[in-house]
Amino acid sequence: MTVVETTTQASGAPTQGHLAVHGVHKSYGTLEVLRGIDLEVRPGEVTVILGPSGSGKSTLLRVINHLEKVDRGFVALDGELIGYARRRTPTGEVLRELKEKEILVQRTSIGFVFQNFNLFGHLTVLENIVEAPVSAQKRRRSEVEAQARELLERVGLADKADARPRQLSGGQQQRVAIARALATRPRLLLFDEPTSALDPELVGDVLDVIKDLARTGTTMIVVTHEVGFARELADTVVFMDDGRIVEQGPPSQVLDAPREDRTRTFLQKVL
Amino acid sequence: MSTVLPQDESRQIAPPPAAQPADSSGDPSARSSTLPPTKPPRQAPSGDFESLRVLPARQPGRWVATAAVAVLLAMALSSLVTNPRWEWDVVAQYLVWPSIVDGLWGTLRLTAAAAAVGFGLGTVLALMRLSRSPLLQSVSWGYTWVFRSVPLILQLLLWYNLAYLYPTLSLGIPFGPELLSFGTLDVIDKFGAAVLGLGLSQAAYSAEIVRAGILGVDQGQHEAAAALGIPRARQSARIVLPQAMRTIVPTSVNEIIGLVKGTSIVYVLAYGELFYTVTVIYGRNQRVVPLLMVAAIWYLVITTVLTVAQFYVERHYAKGAVRTLPPTPVQKVRWSVQIAWSRVSGKPLPPSIPPAYAVRALPQRGHLTRTGRAHVGGAR
Ligand SMILES: Nc1ncnc2c1ncn2[C@@H]1O[C@H](COP(=O)(O)OP(=O)(O)OP(=O)(O)O)[C@@H](O)[C@H]1O
Ligand SMILES: [Mg+2]
Repeated sequence: MTVVETTTQASGAPTQGHLAVHGVHKSYGTLEVLRGIDLEVRPGEVTVILGPSGSGKSTLLRVINHLEKVDRGFVALDGELIGYARRRTPTGEVLRELKEKEILVQRTSIGFVFQNFNLFGHLTVLENIVEAPVSAQKRRRSEVEAQARELLERVGLADKADARPRQLSGGQQQRVAIARALATRPRLLLFDEPTSALDPELVGDVLDVIKDLARTGTTMIVVTHEVGFARELADTVVFMDDGRIVEQGPPSQVLDAPREDRTRTFLQKVL
Repeated sequence: MSTVLPQDESRQIAPPPAAQPADSSGDPSARSSTLPPTKPPRQAPSGDFESLRVLPARQPGRWVATAAVAVLLAMALSSLVTNPRWEWDVVAQYLVWPSIVDGLWGTLRLTAAAAAVGFGLGTVLALMRLSRSPLLQSVSWGYTWVFRSVPLILQLLLWYNLAYLYPTLSLGIPFGPELLSFGTLDVIDKFGAAVLGLGLSQAAYSAEIVRAGILGVDQGQHEAAAALGIPRARQSARIVLPQAMRTIVPTSVNEIIGLVKGTSIVYVLAYGELFYTVTVIYGRNQRVVPLLMVAAIWYLVITTVLTVAQFYVERHYAKGAVRTLPPTPVQKVRWSVQIAWSRVSGKPLPPSIPPAYAVRALPQRGHLTRTGRAHVGGAR
C-alpha cells in the first residue's frame, strides 16, 4: 500500500482516486463469477471494461464499491481497503470486516451510475442530488444545493431541478443520476452500461457528459459496449471473459491489434 | 358478383390516407401498380372531418339498468320514510345526545391510539423482520405468530386482568433493584387495556402490510441508496418507506376502518365507546332500532371521512409515481363550473384548466377536437 502512494506522488498526477483490485474471486453458489481479477486504475485515468454478457463486468463494479463481498482478494482505494480494516492482534495482523455503517461512509467516495438510473422516483431532481451529501456527509444543505445546481448546469439540466424523475426522458434521467453520483465528490466513478437502456438518439447526450468528466480528470471505470467511446477516451481498455481479464492495455493495442483470439472474435461481433 | 365489383373499385380509388405520403416521397412500385396518380381521392379531404359532429355511442342497456336501479332505490327510500318503526324522530333526538357524543369521542380516541400503537409497532416489526439479524427476524416472526393466533376478545380480557397476574409494575434493573413502581390498575385502566389489546394485535397485521409495501419497492432503490452511502435509518425513512406508502396506504385505511368498527368489541370491558353507550341507552329505554341507527350513522360518517382522507393521502404518495396526478373531486367541480360559465357567457376559459379536461366537458366531443385548444370554450 505504501508502494501505491509513492508511485502516484512521484508521477505528479492527482493523488486521489488510485484503485487497486488484487486477486479478487467471487462466487454465487457454485458458479464462480470472478476468477482472480487484478486491476489497477491510476488517478485521473479512464478505464473501459468490455466483454460479453455474463462475463462478470457488473459483478466486478459491485465488488469495487462493496455492494458484493469478495470471497478472496482485496480492493483498495488510495491505499484504504474497501470493506475491511487492518487490525493488530496479539497473534499478528488481521483484516477485520467493517460494520455496515463504516462501509456506507467509504461508499461516499465511490460514485456509482446504474444501467437503469435508479433515481428516487418520489423525490425531485434536486432532492435526489442533495440527499447523500446532506445525510451521509453531514454537509450544509444550502451549500449542497448550490453545488447541486452547478452540477445540473454541467449536465445541461439546470431547468429541471424541480421535476420528478418520471417526468424526464431516459437520457435526462441518466444525466441526473450522474450529477447525483458526483454530488458526494467521489474519488472514483463507476459506470455500469450507462447508455444501454437508452434510445440511440439519447446516448450522445449522456456520453458527452461522461466525456466532459473524463477530460477534467475524473478517475472512472466505465462498462460499456460503445467501442467508439473506448477508442476516444480510454486510457486503458480491459477485455473480460468468463470471470477473467483476458487482455488489457491502451485502446490502440486492445481494440486495433488484440493479442488474444477471444478479444478479436468479440470485437468482430460488436463493431 | 355485381355487389363485389363496386366495392373493389372504391377501394382502389380511395386509398387509406396513410398511403398518400408514400406517393410523394417516392415509392415507385406503389405508384405504378394501381393508381393513376393524377386523380385526387374521392373521399372528403381530412380537413373537413373537423366540421362534422361527433355523437356518443348508444347504450340502450345502460338506460334500462339505470331505470331498474332507480326504482329499487326509490322503493328502499320510501320504506325508510314511511315505515314509522324506524322512529327517525328518536334517531334525530339521540344523534347528538351528550352521552352519544361522549361515546363517539371514546371510539375516536380508542381508534387513534390503537392505530398509532398498531402501525408504529407494526413498522418496527416489519423492519425487524427484514433486517439481517436472525434474532430480530425471529422475534418479529414470533410476535406476529402469537398475536395473530389469539382471538382479540381473549387478548382484551387478558390485558384487563393483568393486575391479577402482576399487581404492581416496576421500572428497574433486570433482576436487580426497582427504581419506580406503579399499581397495575393505575396504569392499565379500561382505556389502557383496550388500547393494548387492539393496538398490539393490530401491530401483527400492520407489520405484514408494511413488509409487503417495502418488498414492493424496486431493489434498485435500495441499491442506489446503499451505493450513495446514505445511513441505514435514513434509507428506510427517506427512500424506501415513502415509496412503500403507495401500496401501504390503501390496505392500511382498510385496516383502520376495520379498527373503528372493531373498537365496538371493547364493550366487553364496559368501556364507554359508541357501541357500548348505545347498548346502555337502549337497555334503559328499549328504543333498540333507532339507537342502533344512531350508531350506524356515526360509523358511516367516520368511514366517509376516512375514505376522503385516503384519497388525498394516496394522491400525496402518488407524486413521482405517476406522471400527472389525477384531479381531485374539488378540482373537477371547479373546472365544470368554469366551463359551464364560459359557455353561457362566451368568455374564454381560464388557462388553469387542463386542455384534455376542457375538451371532455364539451357537448360535441371526439378525437378530432381533443387536441386543439382553439375549439374550446366559445372560440368557434
Ligand atoms: N445475485 C446473483 N446470483 C447468482 N448469480 C448471479 C448474480 N448476479 C450475477 N450472477 C451471475 O454472474 C454472472 C456474471 O454476471 P454479471 O452481471 O457480472 O455479468 P455482466 O458481465 O455484467 O453481463 P451483462 O453485460 O449482461 O450486464 C452471470 O452468469 C450471472 O448469471
Ligand atoms: Mg452487467
